[in-house]
Amino acid sequence: MAMKLPPKDVVIIGLGWTGAILAQELTDQGLDVVAIERGPWRDTANSFNIGYAPDELRYGVRLDLFQRPVQSTLTFRNSGRETALPIRQWGSFQPGNGVGGAGVHWGGQTWRHLPSDFRIRSHLTERYGARFIPDELSIQDWGVTYDEMEPFYDRFEYLAGISGKAGNLNGVIQPGGNPFEGPRKREYPLPPMQMTYAPTLFAQAARSMGYHPFPSPSANLSADYTNPLGIRMGQCTFCGFCVGFGCANYSKASPQTSVLPVLMRKSNFEARTECEALKVNLDRSRKRATGVTYVDGSGTEWKQPAELVLICAFAFNNVHMMLISGIGHPYDPKTRVGSVGRNYAYQTYSSVQLFFDDKNFNPFIGSGALGQTVDDFNGDNFDHRGLDFVGGGTITCQPTNGRPLAQLPVPPGTPRWGKRWKEEAKKNYLRSVGFASQGSSYAAYANYLDLDPTYTDRFGRPLLRMTFDFPDNDIRMSNHLVDRMEPIAKAMNPRQYVANRRAKPYSVVPDQSTHNTGGAIMGTDPKISAVNKYLQSWDVPNVFVIGASAFPQNPGYNPNGTVCGLAFLAADAIISKYLRSPGPLVRT
Amino acid sequence: MTCLLRRRSCCFKPDAGAMLKKGITRRRLLASTPILAVGGFGLPALGRSYRGSLPWEPNDASPPIPVRAGAWLYFTADEAAAVEAIADRLIPPDDSGPGGKQVGCAVFIDRQLAGSFGDSSGLYMSPPFANGTPSQGPQSPIVPKERYRISLAALDDYCKARFAGKVFVALTAVQQDQVLSGLETGEIKLNNGDGKLFFETILANTIEGFFADPIYGGNRDMAGWRLIGFPGARYDYRDHIAKHNQPYPLPPVSILGRSDWSARD
Repeated sequence: MAMKLPPKDVVIIGLGWTGAILAQELTDQGLDVVAIERGPWRDTANSFNIGYAPDELRYGVRLDLFQRPVQSTLTFRNSGRETALPIRQWGSFQPGNGVGGAGVHWGGQTWRHLPSDFRIRSHLTERYGARFIPDELSIQDWGVTYDEMEPFYDRFEYLAGISGKAGNLNGVIQPGGNPFEGPRKREYPLPPMQMTYAPTLFAQAARSMGYHPFPSPSANLSADYTNPLGIRMGQCTFCGFCVGFGCANYSKASPQTSVLPVLMRKSNFEARTECEALKVNLDRSRKRATGVTYVDGSGTEWKQPAELVLICAFAFNNVHMMLISGIGHPYDPKTRVGSVGRNYAYQTYSSVQLFFDDKNFNPFIGSGALGQTVDDFNGDNFDHRGLDFVGGGTITCQPTNGRPLAQLPVPPGTPRWGKRWKEEAKKNYLRSVGFASQGSSYAAYANYLDLDPTYTDRFGRPLLRMTFDFPDNDIRMSNHLVDRMEPIAKAMNPRQYVANRRAKPYSVVPDQSTHNTGGAIMGTDPKISAVNKYLQSWDVPNVFVIGASAFPQNPGYNPNGTVCGLAFLAADAIISKYLRSPGPLVRT
Repeated sequence: MTCLLRRRSCCFKPDAGAMLKKGITRRRLLASTPILAVGGFGLPALGRSYRGSLPWEPNDASPPIPVRAGAWLYFTADEAAAVEAIADRLIPPDDSGPGGKQVGCAVFIDRQLAGSFGDSSGLYMSPPFANGTPSQGPQSPIVPKERYRISLAALDDYCKARFAGKVFVALTAVQQDQVLSGLETGEIKLNNGDGKLFFETILANTIEGFFADPIYGGNRDMAGWRLIGFPGARYDYRDHIAKHNQPYPLPPVSILGRSDWSARD
């Protein structure tokens, strides 16, 4: 029997980027906020201590900062014809754990989606006709436009101290930036990072072919920075222990570097860690949340009553929480009815690996978002007429690290062990570089999330079940990108290059990306979206669900810039609209 | 205690000053009622509540525990000898530097198996176990420490039957390579049926032992890092980032430092 605690104005499930941003904004309004966080407290000085942060085995291989599968995992199958089995150890993606969430282990690439991404079905229909969109795809508009998002993107970029070069200032294309991006009101807060050798060569080659390379926008700071909350961060030192690691330098933006030092001092904020939310409690009408039930580290259950519940966990955990709590209608792929679990999407990668004889790339000098990107083949930046797919992706040369357990490339045909392998590993370590396409993952009717009928977590709750394979559309898209990447590779003049094309089936084994999106998607129609354009549940209006779970499909960019932009958008809607008149913000 | 949101009639004033005042009033309210109301309910120490400041305390960190030399923690002497022999075939000693045995790969694996890696205590190991598709990832109920024990015994059974009573360590290097290749391809089946999976496990663990920080018992003298030119646990390359295509001048360093810095080894 759960014991009841004194009520709060707001209870937040999960204290990562979105939870921290919402807490910061709402406590500024005088609201009393508590965050319930499953994992431990983490801060830079203790948890990412510079004396032992550069530990590849602990963090990069044994995944010390990540959610333990024993705590909770998902089950997975490629199609509804298979029986889903548990993901017993992480591979393809690795969800974060603890204060800071994925904001601790991310690499720092901070993108805005293209204006056309936000209204993709409308845009493609207008440009190519409705029949151009493959039948398998359930892509839809977001219900929010780029212009509406612009100020919230800006808020996050200045909070985090993003390093980059604007490509479009108020409609005027800027040399050195991304000419395809939507218009910005002002420059990035910091200039681009200094470039390493490999991205420099890549950019030269891409430019020689008429493309438009530019420095990737980065939350690894190019210079010391004081953010609008008055928190100081330091310049990135290119240590190469970035993606998957906590930053010991205060130079990769995270909730720890950018929000918590201010938020934690507020008397109207409380963080409860090692406390796992079990469900959102609803009243008898099922249209109003009364709070959250959680269990602490000793196994004791508590009920935290609140007027407003913000689900701010990782994308698929948000969906799990909705399904467990009975918020909204579960999606059924057979009838295509239901909103929660709908449009789960991912990311579609391919890559090229180059081997040189005469170059030294010092691959260990790097950071999570240090590189050069070509955006000419992303979204609808190129004419799709005559092509057999929709979507696209970035092409990016961004060597993030030279950690030997992650990066020990050998040419194809080399044995995986023994004398030859050892010779090739030694010969190629400093002299090989790769670049990759980060392709869109367009939602398909057959890909979705629901509750598993067999496997449960340690509290007996059904695990979330993921049913996913790459849509054929996305494989064609990815191959088109590799066809563009190979000539760039040739122009870089290596001894040898190898293209790694993406193929079906999707597997949860090889490491790909923790860019899991959808399942609680935003939109204008409650029949095919779980939340409205303010990320408010259509069904339970005092619940907001904030994260990449809201993406109707995943464009060819890293999600966090948009995730945090959406967090500011939701905060703004709560403050400027919901507090004036608590209730549904969009009438249907 | 009332909630701002519940008192709809006065819950929000567009005037920021009034709002702020309300906030202060509310915080005073909180201060006069038990702020740590949670404590009053006896919230146990395992669930932690933080408010009012960053909960930082000096030395409140969890550094890795250096592996100590000495007796095997998990392996029997025979198992250790077999693992050393395998590690030395997977990464053989040659002109470029020492092999897997000399850098301590077996010590590394022994310590890993004795810890949380060995019993998969962080992984989802709940039943039912079923064979899935390759896309669904590993589904075996056998944890790594069991896999080593069972497979090393089965490996010697295989070798004795195939090579006139000789165990793996007694084979020639060429014979050892043949056996390892057979396990890798699946042509050689061990009597527990998991020869290929065992090969993948010991290959991955040997490479880990060769290149992980020496603090974990392998990569002795940072030999793995010296082989390829990885500077190790360095944390600042700002002085070299603009020196494109130029060799990095400094030797590797471990989390433990370097032997020429101190008396520690």
